[in-house]
Amino acid sequence: MTPPVTPWWRNRRLIPWLVQAAVGLLVLVLVAFLVGNLVRNLAAAGLLLTWRWIGNPAGFDIAGSWLPFSAEQPYWWALLAGLVNTLRVVVIGLIGASIVGTAVGVASFSGNALLRGLARVYVELIRNIPLLLQLVFWYFVVFLALPGGANAIQWPGLVLAQSGLYLGMPELVNGVWQAPIRLSVEFAALLTGLIVYISAFISEVVRGGIASVPKGQWEAARSLGFTPLQTLRRVVLPQALPVIVPGLNNQYISLAKSSSLAIACGYADLYSVAETTLNQTGRAVEVMVILLGAYLAIDLVISALMNGLNRAVQLRSR
Amino acid sequence: MERPSALQRLRAAFFASPLDGLITVVLLAALLAGGHALLHWLVFKAQWAVIQVNSTLFAVGRYPLDQQWRLWLLTTLLAGATGLSWGLLRALPRPDRRAVLWPANDRLAVALLSGLGVLVPLVLQLSTAIALRWWSITALVLACRWLAGRWGTALPAIARRGWPLIWPLLYLVGMTLIAGGFGVPAVSPYRWGGLLLTLIEACFAILLCFPLGVLLALGRRSSLPLLRWLSVLYIEFIRGAPLITLLFLGQNILGLLLPGGFTPDRVWRAAWVLTFFAAAYVAEAVRSGLVALPPGQMEAARALGLPVHQAMLKVVLPQALRVALPAMVGQFINLLQDTTLLSLIGLFELLGTARAVMANPAFIGKDAEVYLVLAVLFWCCCAALGLGSRALETRLNTNPQPA
Repeated sequence: MTPPVTPWWRNRRLIPWLVQAAVGLLVLVLVAFLVGNLVRNLAAAGLLLTWRWIGNPAGFDIAGSWLPFSAEQPYWWALLAGLVNTLRVVVIGLIGASIVGTAVGVASFSGNALLRGLARVYVELIRNIPLLLQLVFWYFVVFLALPGGANAIQWPGLVLAQSGLYLGMPELVNGVWQAPIRLSVEFAALLTGLIVYISAFISEVVRGGIASVPKGQWEAARSLGFTPLQTLRRVVLPQALPVIVPGLNNQYISLAKSSSLAIACGYADLYSVAETTLNQTGRAVEVMVILLGAYLAIDLVISALMNGLNRAVQLRSR
Repeated sequence: MERPSALQRLRAAFFASPLDGLITVVLLAALLAGGHALLHWLVFKAQWAVIQVNSTLFAVGRYPLDQQWRLWLLTTLLAGATGLSWGLLRALPRPDRRAVLWPANDRLAVALLSGLGVLVPLVLQLSTAIALRWWSITALVLACRWLAGRWGTALPAIARRGWPLIWPLLYLVGMTLIAGGFGVPAVSPYRWGGLLLTLIEACFAILLCFPLGVLLALGRRSSLPLLRWLSVLYIEFIRGAPLITLLFLGQNILGLLLPGGFTPDRVWRAAWVLTFFAAAYVAEAVRSGLVALPPGQMEAARALGLPVHQAMLKVVLPQALRVALPAMVGQFINLLQDTTLLSLIGLFELLGTARAVMANPAFIGKDAEVYLVLAVLFWCCCAALGLGSRALETRLNTNPQPA
């Protein structure tokens, strides 16, 4: 009697390769189909891929650019100015959201029931309202409604006026505020919105981290005579950080990506400059490549930095 | 030990130390001042005409007036299905305790629902005919809830187990009612707007991103390198890009990728982008569930003679999805919030409608009122989803800890 022959469709070494070949072929055909259409459609529109346009004068202005920019300068400089504006709001936003988020996260462990309750209300209120809605609220309802001139809201070292936020020693000169640092209301609205929204998520990360430290650690530190603040700084946070840092990474990346909503409050970030560029040149594919590449690079830089931080806090806890 | 009196407990909670007392007093003062200012604005300053005049626009956009009965019919069907599902959920026996017809949460929910159902049409000063419709729909939910809760156990097992299938069915019926087809006159997507468009986009994306996300998660955990690489590439590409750039891609490049002349409508292009976007995040949520499951589950199922696909469907996925449920619902909530981004690409969902209304000279400067109403609406939807997910989580927990 001959041994039973395994039919090919039950051959356990062949099947995985067949499946992969089929999937690979399918993906290849799909990609070829899409790219073929793209090339045909672009050729029909006279927009075959080229980067020559990027040296042409942009012809539009960027309000509140940090890099010196004027309409005669080329597109690539405009996009760079947009990127710098994005980085500026991301970096300041990261610092602000971390501070507020940590404060709220720690407050949810306060002995004071009112403070604890408010921290919960803050998180539940902010997380359940879309960021874009919050941004337009901050911009149109809060910052654009600020009084101007002598009626501006004045605090020591800070003036909130319709023409912007003035930091340092603001002075009213001929009805116009002057100060060493001036932030536009667009920037201020975007920054406030991002910090408020992301800090609610960061506070949850911080809360989870602190909750992961056994209660006995608090009690032991207190019985050794540590004050509550010392307990937090010297005993609890060093043990909570290894849990907190990976979660922070996600929130930081989320903040960087969310900064692309700047267009809703009139701030000229990378996305908003890219959209204007597209409207003027019609170069959809090239602009898209720049956009995706830039945000991917920002994400990778944040991840790399946070991985470094993660290694540092992990080692310390050994 | 003596139980502390109410006064002592209050003191411990709010005035444990001088610093605590100071914090309490300062916070209380700030809260009272803020609450007073808000109430004063709500009652004396805010002008709600912008909402009242445009309530139809906010609800359904420019949906043709003579076809709006279809939306009322759909709302009625949805209300009935919601009430019945809710009642059946209560009627089915629970692993930990006996079925109770009206548990405490439900009584709270009923009070909230009837309160909102009665009050909102009054506050918005809707016309009597429309207010009456909303009141009957609220009553229908409660009646169905009671009917199903009372007699749900008498239903044959197959009807009870198959009941959840009513939802995908209702989705198809709903899309037919909204868009037309099967003899119902068509209504172009250009005329959908407001809450209707927000819900259409969110429901479409939530329904489709779930199976897609599960497939991607399985692909990422597959032993076949090609499947794994493709899944990782897709997931990381999507998660690395802001949604607005992907919507931008959908609006400007999708048309170039398809054969000339064939481009889906802007509304559907956006819905597909939302679906593909959310699928990557759902895949990560499902993957966390798959990772949490001990490999012994798969091995045991295989050892019992189940083929791989059955072991996956009957043993691994049910457990993994249960672990992944909170993270998945979190993604669905994000998705609902992300629909607001469609206003940036020129669609008139809720936020887009709001911006269009405020561009009307008659309503300039009414931003605060409009945004506040939208915020309340989104807050309620998202909070309800979150609460529902937590309730489902406890129900699905088959190993209840003895209390």
